[in-house]
Amino acid sequence: MKLERLSLFHVVSTAVLLLVVVVTLYPFLHMLAVSLSGDAYVMRNEVTILPKGLNFNMYEIVLGDPKMWNAIKNTVVYTAVGTTIALIVTSMGAYSLSRTNMAFRKGLMMMIVFTMFFGGGMIPTFLVVRSLGFVDTLWGMVIPGAVSTWNLILMRTFFSGIPKELEESGRMDGLNDLGIFLRIIVPLSKASFATIALFYAVGLWNNFIYPLLYLRTPDLFPLQVLLRNLVLAGSVSSGDVTRIGGDNQIVEESLKYATIMVSTLPILIVYPFIQKYFVKGAMIGAVKG
Amino acid sequence: MAHTSVTSGMEEAIVLNRRRPGKLRRLWRNNKYLWLMFLPCLIYYLVFRYAPMFGLVITFKNYNLFRGVWESDWVGFKYYRMFLENPDFLLLMKNTFLLGIMNLALGFPAPIILALLLNEVRKAAFKRFVQTVSYLPHFISNVIVASMVIMFLSPTGGLINELITALGFEPINFMNEPGMFRWIYVLSEIWQHIGWETIIYLAALTAVDPQLYEAASIDGASRMRKLWHVTLPGISFAIVITLILNIGSVLEIGFEKVFLLQNPAIYETADIISTYVYRIGMEQGNFSYGAAIDLFMGIISLIFIYTANFVSRRVSETSLW
Repeated sequence: MKLERLSLFHVVSTAVLLLVVVVTLYPFLHMLAVSLSGDAYVMRNEVTILPKGLNFNMYEIVLGDPKMWNAIKNTVVYTAVGTTIALIVTSMGAYSLSRTNMAFRKGLMMMIVFTMFFGGGMIPTFLVVRSLGFVDTLWGMVIPGAVSTWNLILMRTFFSGIPKELEESGRMDGLNDLGIFLRIIVPLSKASFATIALFYAVGLWNNFIYPLLYLRTPDLFPLQVLLRNLVLAGSVSSGDVTRIGGDNQIVEESLKYATIMVSTLPILIVYPFIQKYFVKGAMIGAVKG
Repeated sequence: MAHTSVTSGMEEAIVLNRRRPGKLRRLWRNNKYLWLMFLPCLIYYLVFRYAPMFGLVITFKNYNLFRGVWESDWVGFKYYRMFLENPDFLLLMKNTFLLGIMNLALGFPAPIILALLLNEVRKAAFKRFVQTVSYLPHFISNVIVASMVIMFLSPTGGLINELITALGFEPINFMNEPGMFRWIYVLSEIWQHIGWETIIYLAALTAVDPQLYEAASIDGASRMRKLWHVTLPGISFAIVITLILNIGSVLEIGFEKVFLLQNPAIYETADIISTYVYRIGMEQGNFSYGAAIDLFMGIISLIFIYTANFVSRRVSETSLW
């Protein structure tokens, strides 16, 4: 009797977990399959998760579009520059906040935490960005998000875990606080730097609201904006891609899927390798937060 | 989050200053490098977090882009009154609250259930596989998720409608059905974040003492009883903290996804405060009015999180501060 109930529970829970896996993966496999299939099969709705009539025409069209390359270039630049700036500002700030002997530490911490609960909002922030002359520039993409309070606190928690003795030994060697940070703390914290860098990089790569608010010139648009114009608005601003696909609803579908795959692929490819860093970061945030 | 055990540097500094003026110099000498390292961060917070708060003064002015904040005319509470008298006011409040509450009611328990199921899995490899897969959508951009939702639900050739027509029903134009929007939003949120949000509970579950399970087994507890009497109390702290945070942020629905999923045909359910603020402020250029609506909502949100924290501190002695 007892054994039977256990196995029933087991069967149900395994089924639910498998359902989660299928519901998560199916959309990606389907999009990949459709984007690689021949038009005739797509039109007859015959494609599920395996491509039929395998061809790379859609990818040739997507990757043959200079606007696409420009958007990829923009996204890569915003992500690289933004991550670098964010990492420098956040790590130095987090380290100084982790040092219990810094004067005004508590007050500064309160100033930071308060912003998690209240802010000026979209429009006053836009006016600040505008008054700095950041609208329609690279800086508008990378500076307003240079510190995420969540990442700052996460990093402070990392640094707090480093034994005090190491800091003392640095002082014995005549290093000042900056020297201790650069020569001792940074080399010891490569994993945490990697984690925070990844959080920032994913955020920047996926960012849509900053370009929506702060960019006007189409040449500066990142991938996400191009994608949105293409898929959601079916807009003309993505030029060649829609013009070629525009004649045919079904072909357009595979074309759109191909575009989605191209812009997601970097994340899908690196994700399995970097997943553990993300989880480590989230765990520390969960335990301490 | 507050570390009360730490000596407050500020108080110490002030006391020292008052007693011995020469200490000021020492304060500077001891802290200059740390302060220098904190400086970029401080500038960031002052410019991008605090300056906008002071910029809220424009909600009491008729802000004009060319005259600037200081030169624009004062109008008092005009824009707040305008919003309260706006026929859309109640609709926007209703939409924002309902979407937030529905998202909380369905989105909060979902990861707890998934975490509990994962915790019962005996095969480590299968558990890791499910985790890896379920975290994935968390890293996909809102633009892509919204695109996928719209394309899959499309009445012409969308995956879901193909299934519906294959079963012999009429295709449904989901994205133009006002009654569907909240379900679409909430289910897509769950799809995107359920896996990632299990992490906090799985972390809490590893901290549950295995001896408690053994003791329960000796007492003849069934699997469900162990779940109810050992596992759930073991992670109750994580559940309560997450719940407070979620209640506090009920009204802070992410702008991006709602904006990307909505269209004018379904504004009656899909238009929320933040998307309305965007249209009024950024598209129509009515900065003062938009910012006033935003502030109005920000204050309600602040009251929400404060109340949630207060209640929780009284009821369960668990709180954020």
